[in-house]
Amino acid sequence: MTVRVIEKNCIACGLCVQACPFEALEVKGDVAVVDPDKCTNCGDCVEICPADALALDEPPKEMTKKEIKSVEDNEAAAKEIKKELKEYNGIWIFIEQMDGKPAPVSWELLGEGARLAKQIDTELVGVLIGDKVASLAGEAFSYGADKVYLVENPLLKNYVTEPYTKVLVNLCKKYKPEIFLFGATSLGRDIAGAVATQLQTGLTADCTELTVDESSRYLMQTRPAFGGNIMATIVCRHRRPQMATVRPRVMSMPERQDGRTGEIIREDMDLKQEEILTRIIEVIEEKGSAVYLDKAEIIVAAGRGIGSKTNLKVIEELSEVLGGTVAASRAAVEAGWFEHTYQVGQTGVTVRPKVYFAVGISGAIQHLVGMQTSDVIVAINNDPDAPIFKFATFGIVGDYATVVPALTGEFKKRLNEEGLR
Amino acid sequence: MHIVVCVKQVPDTTEVRVDPETNTLIREGVPSIINPYDAHAVEAAVSLKEKYGGKVTVISMGPPQAEEVMRRSIAIGADEGILLSDRNFAGSDTLATSYILAQGIQRVSDKEPVDLVLCGKQAIDGDTAQVGPGIAVRLNIPQLTYVMEIEEVDLESKEIIVHRKLEDKKVRVACRFPALLTVVRDINEIRYSSLPDLIKSARYKPKLWTQKELGLDLQQIGLKGSPTSVSKIFAPPQRSEGEIIPGGQDNPNEAAKVLVQKLLSTKIIANK
Amino acid sequence: MTEKFDVIVVGAGPAGISTALTTTKAGLNTILIERGDFPGSKNVMGGVLYRHPTEQIVPEFYKVAPLERHIIEQRMWILDEDSAVTLGYKASRYGAEPYNAFTVLRARFDRWLATQAVEAGVLLITETVVEDLLIENDRVVGVRTGRPDGDVYGNVVVLAEGVNSILTQKAGLKKDGLKTTELAVAVKEVIGLPKEKIEDRFNLEQGQGVTIELVGDSTKGMVGTGFIYTNTDSISVGVGALLSQMVRKEINPNELLEHLKNHPMVRPLLEGGETKEYLGHMIPEGGYHSIPKLYRDGLLVVGDAAQFVNGIHREGSNMAMLSGKMAAETIIDAHKMGEFDERALSHYEKTLENSFILKDLQKYQNASELFETHDHFFSLYPQMINKAAHEFTTIDSIPKKEKQNKILKDITAQRSKFKLIKDMYRGWRVMG
Repeated sequence: MTVRVIEKNCIACGLCVQACPFEALEVKGDVAVVDPDKCTNCGDCVEICPADALALDEPPKEMTKKEIKSVEDNEAAAKEIKKELKEYNGIWIFIEQMDGKPAPVSWELLGEGARLAKQIDTELVGVLIGDKVASLAGEAFSYGADKVYLVENPLLKNYVTEPYTKVLVNLCKKYKPEIFLFGATSLGRDIAGAVATQLQTGLTADCTELTVDESSRYLMQTRPAFGGNIMATIVCRHRRPQMATVRPRVMSMPERQDGRTGEIIREDMDLKQEEILTRIIEVIEEKGSAVYLDKAEIIVAAGRGIGSKTNLKVIEELSEVLGGTVAASRAAVEAGWFEHTYQVGQTGVTVRPKVYFAVGISGAIQHLVGMQTSDVIVAINNDPDAPIFKFATFGIVGDYATVVPALTGEFKKRLNEEGLR
Repeated sequence: MHIVVCVKQVPDTTEVRVDPETNTLIREGVPSIINPYDAHAVEAAVSLKEKYGGKVTVISMGPPQAEEVMRRSIAIGADEGILLSDRNFAGSDTLATSYILAQGIQRVSDKEPVDLVLCGKQAIDGDTAQVGPGIAVRLNIPQLTYVMEIEEVDLESKEIIVHRKLEDKKVRVACRFPALLTVVRDINEIRYSSLPDLIKSARYKPKLWTQKELGLDLQQIGLKGSPTSVSKIFAPPQRSEGEIIPGGQDNPNEAAKVLVQKLLSTKIIANK
Repeated sequence: MTEKFDVIVVGAGPAGISTALTTTKAGLNTILIERGDFPGSKNVMGGVLYRHPTEQIVPEFYKVAPLERHIIEQRMWILDEDSAVTLGYKASRYGAEPYNAFTVLRARFDRWLATQAVEAGVLLITETVVEDLLIENDRVVGVRTGRPDGDVYGNVVVLAEGVNSILTQKAGLKKDGLKTTELAVAVKEVIGLPKEKIEDRFNLEQGQGVTIELVGDSTKGMVGTGFIYTNTDSISVGVGALLSQMVRKEINPNELLEHLKNHPMVRPLLEGGETKEYLGHMIPEGGYHSIPKLYRDGLLVVGDAAQFVNGIHREGSNMAMLSGKMAAETIIDAHKMGEFDERALSHYEKTLENSFILKDLQKYQNASELFETHDHFFSLYPQMINKAAHEFTTIDSIPKKEKQNKILKDITAQRSKFKLIKDMYRGWRVMG
């Protein structure tokens, strides 16, 4: 059994040579050549070939004893890899917390994890580390975890990369998860790369969609690249755990089931103060500051249509009621109503909030590129032909001076009612 | 201080498009630039050199054309550039890339000990932000990501104080070096190079190190050394026209009610 | 202090690159300063590149340079509102090496040409504007750029700054500045079309190209022309007219282009195409009388900055490249002598006078003025030619002699026999 080279297509790029786990391919002259003794028909080279120059062949009619033996040897090697992978089980979710406050993405991931765990019939585990955080284990069970690995240590009170990494790496080596997910927060993206490198395994960043192939148990990880211009689906075939950081607020928050319980497994970790070379001096809260526009979840942006600086008051009020941040289009900045740090768009900041209110903003392409990946865009503009209405999830054609205060009032009322303030 | 900065040549992603029919990248005519975050890292390194004395070496893994970003770095004020280039590096994912760069930095450090490694937060093509932390692990030095300000360097006690930018707060942290920092754009403005620096950079030829020279393990580089691989590439779904809520002009209160109801029911505003 | 160079060239267009390439090949330390992101980023042309002159700069360039199509046919259309009288010349021998002319896209071609210069040793600095000249004791000794520590000194400065000849004026070489009668404004669109379609529509084989100059209705009677050039997988369509006339008639170039694109003879050629790019630029149109003084102590002027454009024959890039080469040769000789004063550099003008550049511009020196003051050459005459052709080709039952008389009568009704003859005489005179 061997892969077949379609010589007229082959461009001798050598990618198949690198892809082959069994070193069965080499480039001789201007064409690839297969060593039939080494080839196991695994197909990795067929997938990677950019020129469609490789194909899985029909099995030959008769094989010599030698051929049969070598095929058996290769299949045995492939089985070895598969056997090793079988030792890895379970979907782990990193429960992120700061000062005992959990990051909501952790629960979103438990929700997603539960769905995946069911598909491949495995356990869902929460990994919780910190100091005096045991109560969060209960939360994890309420959101769907079957088991929680808990590591508590005063040295883990504040997040520092190295001790947290050490703990997670040791847990992974001991308990061998097949999938390990983190929120793609600044903390998650800080630690995941360190853990994956220590474990010499694959990590995919900022995923927006996860599916699992039930037969191969491969996690199919979809994420944006090239600044969001393309989507790529990534797979980590032969290393474990398959690791990914997942974009917050993309997966839905699962239903909370109070009273649900699970198994807590405590682990002690030997950590030494002298080994920790980083110390936190202070934390400075800066809610609503323009500096954090790129991470803001709710943005109320004002454009030229506002007319003057004094009219900004209604914008600020809406933003305040929603706990959001104000922002500006270039026109508003150039009119002197905002500093440049508040500018959203091609020559300003790119934002990705849950909701982006575009008030009095026409929607020129240069502004659009800065906010088009917002989850929801609400456009308020007097001009029904404004281009922004072509992209907005919701639009209201009217005078912002009446519409925005109406929104503020309604939000105040409803949010008070629902006790969310 | 000896500071090493990792830089990458990337396509200008504001100009990259996907052909929706073939689902392949249209890269023709897209200019190559220095990864913007890396340029900020070079600027930060040069500023530190100017304040505390020392040397700035830039290092990059890329094809021969990546010479261009070495020159750009010299124009900003770096002293030396090293390009790690080899056909065997092609197809490397972040794990393989951090291996290659770490080995390169180690070799630099063997000759002249390195105090700080600076990287940009992420590359604008891969958008992973994983290579910096990978390098830190391999060099066995502490890492500090999302650095928005370098407050102070104490050469005596070998400690650096930085501000890290989190979602809605910043954290002042002190760290012993050698250490690795990844920086965000807020950290500085890139200087307008002087003419002498521009002339120097136009003439500059970086050092070239290949896989053989670095003595790299072939199993850890290229496709072989990459646990992750791309299964599929496709164009993102286009944003389509949404819903206009009527009554904006005649009955704004009613329109507002309807909109708020819709927003709250999708739980976007509640998911806090 | 920045090092001192033998030659400082301002502007990396065809003229500047040709100058720098030639001086560097002779071993002179040359710096080429360009304000755009890369050479070509600020340059616009129709545009047609001629093989023979370009080979003087890079022999056999056509084997490796990024060219669009090689031209095998040149057409001229004299347009009325909805008709055209056409002329053309097609030669199969232009279809084989070494070829005669090519269509090019400047952003690609200039970039390539600059690479040849850099590989030969030119120090290319981009994204840098030369703001002023450095003058000491009445001699130009260098330039001042907008960068920190931005002064650079050299034995000779060559101004290849293009039609916006600010530094040439600062150098006192063009006392009365640029007049609107000496400039044309042109705009063009690059319209994408599959190569098979282009070859089909224009009756070409693979790689072959066509140029069409459009006179008359294309410029709404103003002095100027429209053009359609075939690129590999796009069409360059554009139009330009004398600035003074556009100002007087209050017509803007975009209007002209839209009008041209919709002309019934033009529209079908562009059908189904997708606009990829929109560009505009000024073109020197003043001819011989508008040429500034070309040199002074330590300074030479080449290309568009020297107004070396012959609009009648569609020549500009070749004059730019060759004037650059001539300037370089003068500098190489001066360098040997160690003298860079006005006397040493005057040889440049002499070379130009003996070349087609000044000879041709001199030949047509009165053409601009005649056409500007006698706009019937671009309005009435194209109309009349079309009318006559229409009359001639319409088969009805009117006897031919009557038809002939009718044509003559129509013509002379618009312009008297006497004036006609005077125009023809004058036209013959200015065209030399």
